[in-house]
Amino acid sequence: MTTAVRFTGVSRHFGSVRAVDGVDIEIAEGEFFAMLGPSGSGKTTCLRLIAGFEQPTAGEIAIFGEPAQGVPPYKRHVNTVFQDYALFPHLSVIDNVAYGLMIAGQPKAQRRRAAEEALEMVALPGYGTRKPSELSGGQRQRVALARALVNRPKVLLLDEPLGALDLKLREQMQEELKALQRKLGITFVFVTHDQGEALSMADRVAVFNEGRIVQVGQPQDIYYRPEVPFVADFVGSSNVFPPDLTERLTGKRAHAALRPEAVRLGAEGHGATVRGSSFIGTATKVALDMDGIPMIALLPKGAPVPEAGAQVRVSWADEDLHVMDPNA
Amino acid sequence: MSDAAIETPRRAGWLTSVSDSLWRNPRLLIFLLLTPPALWLGIIYLGSLFALLAQSFFSIDEFSGVIVYEFTLKTYRELFTPANFDIIIRTVVMAAAVTLAAVIVSFPIAYYAARYARGKWKAVFYLGVMLPLWSSYLVKVYSWKLILAKEGILNWLFEALHLTWLLNAYLSIPVIGGNSLSVSWTGTFLVFLYVWLPFMVLPIQASLERIPASMLEASGDLGATPAQSFRHVLLPLSLPGVIAGSIFTFSLTLGDYIIPQIVGSSRRFIGQAVYAYQGTAGNIPLAAAFAVVPIVIMGVYLWIAKRNGAFDAL
Repeated sequence: MTTAVRFTGVSRHFGSVRAVDGVDIEIAEGEFFAMLGPSGSGKTTCLRLIAGFEQPTAGEIAIFGEPAQGVPPYKRHVNTVFQDYALFPHLSVIDNVAYGLMIAGQPKAQRRRAAEEALEMVALPGYGTRKPSELSGGQRQRVALARALVNRPKVLLLDEPLGALDLKLREQMQEELKALQRKLGITFVFVTHDQGEALSMADRVAVFNEGRIVQVGQPQDIYYRPEVPFVADFVGSSNVFPPDLTERLTGKRAHAALRPEAVRLGAEGHGATVRGSSFIGTATKVALDMDGIPMIALLPKGAPVPEAGAQVRVSWADEDLHVMDPNA
Repeated sequence: MSDAAIETPRRAGWLTSVSDSLWRNPRLLIFLLLTPPALWLGIIYLGSLFALLAQSFFSIDEFSGVIVYEFTLKTYRELFTPANFDIIIRTVVMAAAVTLAAVIVSFPIAYYAARYARGKWKAVFYLGVMLPLWSSYLVKVYSWKLILAKEGILNWLFEALHLTWLLNAYLSIPVIGGNSLSVSWTGTFLVFLYVWLPFMVLPIQASLERIPASMLEASGDLGATPAQSFRHVLLPLSLPGVIAGSIFTFSLTLGDYIIPQIVGSSRRFIGQAVYAYQGTAGNIPLAAAFAVVPIVIMGVYLWIAKRNGAFDAL
């Protein structure tokens, strides 16, 4: 399989800030690749390095085998969907979508047809004559997508494209994006801080923290087998046990992760104090204190919810406790 | 719950009750805020404008020099006599040249200030652009006369660089040349450009500031070279600022009567004509008709700009 994007020891420093610090990535052609991390973790800078808006301080970037060193954005076969969509306010929707084709010198009739088709693909047929200011946030997002895809890029970069949409629209767009990616077979590189979004859409996820990639893998691996405490905590807020406790429980000295939904409250197990609880719709989240270690348990609907201050016993199945590699 | 519990207890002074009633009647507040400036604009500004307009439809009796208060288009016909029409053309060409040059000079400065200058450098930019406005207009114009004069700094500089022949060759060009820069239209042009430049830089800078950086990145991302991005994105989006600036430079040049009098040839501009006709000549109607010309030109200019979508990005 061809490598679409390859980072070899890439760093991008802004003064003394190491926004990206020695990152190695290999993104395969046709892959849906998510870069996940908190804000300031370097994921957006990595995306901008692929687009060409930033130049690496050190390391090498190759796009389809060709070194990207010194290649300006307008010479890269890569298109971006911007976080703020960056639609041109003075152009109509159709002219926005056809912008890349106009720059490429396509005749007017031809590029209008292509733009109209792209608008159909994102379910906005007939919206061509409107101005971006007359569209809703979700519609603008679709126009931005059509404007990028109409150029048939080799790699599509998406910078938190769903961040500004409300929950329902976001979920709908997640499915549509995924379906679109499968249909077109274009490599998608998707930046997000929403772990649910990354896990549900991507073929592979790279988790960023402080300018470095802390784990790359398939969503299931990231979710069930975190390699470092940060991933366990950030991706779905697992309970992280310190090495001492893990040693007492399993004999191995390393951090361990336990998913909140795997925690059971019952008659036996370790003693813990209930600190409080909150109803989150599908379940009830219970905050516990187990010998000074804070824990979260998710109780399914209908389960009795203990009151704050109550003494309870917590247990879990042995296979649910994921012991991390002590050297990671 | 009783009403008393809803209201926070406070001293019931008359100021409080005034602000309470204004809060309840936002229309009254807007009315009170807008009336004084509306009266000012309506009576002082529009009133004198109409008085001016009315004057231009009167005429002067050629023998007695007395104003005839009867409606006539005779004064306007007078504008189109070759001598007067020359003044109008000369002024409009000068205003257009100054405006065009101001856009070309201002854009890079404004672009730098809007895109790259941060913190201290932004302050330096504002200071640099505004500082000339702090000193008297006359002082600036006379300093330019010294710079451009035959014994001035510029001549000295050309001499020091052994380029006097170049300056002389330039000055020998008809129309824009002259005995020295300070008595040529080139000199007038340079002083106009300098004096009005802040009025062009600031609106362009403000309009560029409103364009998000991602807009230019998106253009480049879609394959546009920097030149194409300028043509298709940056220029159209900054056009409202360019138009606003050009309204300033264009109308200020159209109406000015001091700069061409101090720096330039003896041939007159509209402002000087107005000054002369309303003063010693006592021909108020012709002065008024001349004063109407810039208003008409600006109206036509704005109408063309609007038709071409210059304000669509507003």
